[in-house]
Amino acid sequence: MGGASLLSALACGVSSSSIGAPPHSFLCPTPNRRRKSRRKVRCAPITAQFELKPPPYPLDSLEPHMSRETLEHHWGRHHRGHVDSLNARIAGTQLEEMELEDVVVASYNKGSPLPPFVHAAQVWNHDFFWRSMEPGGGGKPSGELMGLIERDFGSFERMLKEFKEAASTQFGSGWAWLAYKANRLDVGNAVNPCPSEKDNKLVIAKTPNAVNPLVWDYSPLLAVDVWEHAYYLDYENRRADYVSIFMEKLVSWDIVSSRLHIATARAAERAREDERRRREDDVEITNREAVEMYVDSDNDSEPE
Amino acid sequence: MALRAIAGKKTLTLGLVLGPRAAAGASAPRTGSGLRHARGLVTFSLPDLPYDYGALEPAISGEIMKLHHQKHHQTYITNFNKALEQLEEAMAKGDSSKVAHLQSAIKFNGGGHINHSIFWKNLKPLNEGGGEPPHSTLGWAIDTDFGSLDALVQKMNAEGAALQGSGWVWLALDKEMKKLKVETTANQDPLVTKGANLVPLLGIDVWEHAYYLQYKNARPEYLKNIWKIMNWKYASEVYEKEIA
Repeated sequence: MGGASLLSALACGVSSSSIGAPPHSFLCPTPNRRRKSRRKVRCAPITAQFELKPPPYPLDSLEPHMSRETLEHHWGRHHRGHVDSLNARIAGTQLEEMELEDVVVASYNKGSPLPPFVHAAQVWNHDFFWRSMEPGGGGKPSGELMGLIERDFGSFERMLKEFKEAASTQFGSGWAWLAYKANRLDVGNAVNPCPSEKDNKLVIAKTPNAVNPLVWDYSPLLAVDVWEHAYYLDYENRRADYVSIFMEKLVSWDIVSSRLHIATARAAERAREDERRRREDDVEITNREAVEMYVDSDNDSEPE
Repeated sequence: MALRAIAGKKTLTLGLVLGPRAAAGASAPRTGSGLRHARGLVTFSLPDLPYDYGALEPAISGEIMKLHHQKHHQTYITNFNKALEQLEEAMAKGDSSKVAHLQSAIKFNGGGHINHSIFWKNLKPLNEGGGEPPHSTLGWAIDTDFGSLDALVQKMNAEGAALQGSGWVWLALDKEMKKLKVETTANQDPLVTKGANLVPLLGIDVWEHAYYLQYKNARPEYLKNIWKIMNWKYASEVYEKEIA
């Protein structure tokens, strides 16, 4: 997903930072490690720079629904600007050595975003957005995706309505999303009361400015950019028309389906891990209880 | 895509504002704030601009001014009125959940109406004194609180350019402290959300719709040019009234 060239960093034995570290440490210059690596002849120079990836289609191929002029500005100036700013902001910090998704989550800093966040998130969001569209897109999804849409929204039309509503009521700049929510509750030893696939469901979300559902640990499947720069040249103030056309003529349901496939696989893997961990915890508790029982039966005397 | 036809010549003649609604013989009395009373519920209406759409060129194009006024501001007013009507119904029914739910739409659309009503008065065509720097009391206050007019402009441009997403940058008077401040607000939050004592003297809309058709993503260029049509006279009048 991220364009960072981590290979050279990893080859020199540089490990990626832990996300749990105190926030300010991400922006502190990475001491020694980087400088040492530079001097090692064996290592390639570390230039963990993110790249501006082009949309996977010519800039004029989404016309007339999204003009070449829009793409030239949106990709060529806005998206490019965020890539350049991101690289400048993370240069020499631990964030430079992370995958883009990790930079997004780390710099979000649990709701108190650090300066690189807006750029990291907007780079990720725009990469995701270009790939959500294709020339001759639109139509309807099928297979597993359609099945889940019908299960979680009642019908495709109702999902569309909710998506457009979210996009229209995102006051100010932001994004509207279709996402897969695996609903992992991180509450100590809470046992998930609904361990069936009903937990893993499709949701629609709207986010302000640069925020995206990665920060909530959702798996984004589809995004529409509702910053004014995304539609103003083609639709002026008519955001609702833009979103309708986006859904009818531009969305790549194939891509959305493949993202869903990855998301459900990831959720299944995590569920297996959680189950494994829960069983390990059970075993540990049982062992501990045995020890405590032994000690309690001898509580009159102090150990010598 | 270019809308070159500028419809509706609007002329300001000694406080009497002519517009399509007056021409159509609207029965409601016209007040400067675009207010109309019907059925006991206050509804708001679009105030006319005190200049032609094209009169602020080349700083802001007529195309932008027309869309900004007729589409964006009008939409805020339409949705504000709708939300207020729904609020009235919800209050009558004692539906507190609905009342609370409506607050964001009221703040957003009401704020949009408030902010844009101020904005149109903040701008003035070049040949009517737009861009002329402030004198006397406001001029001195600016020198005192910012060092110079230039320093104030630089500060507002910097904060306006740095604002993420959509919002406004304001020259505000803190009427309690009797000091001038530069503030920013997000989306359509009115200035009072930053402080109950803050009075807006000048506001610059940095939503993309305010400049995109002309400046594209070059917001700093837009900010640089808008000072050429700034209505410092209006700002001075508000200032002097508040500190009196």
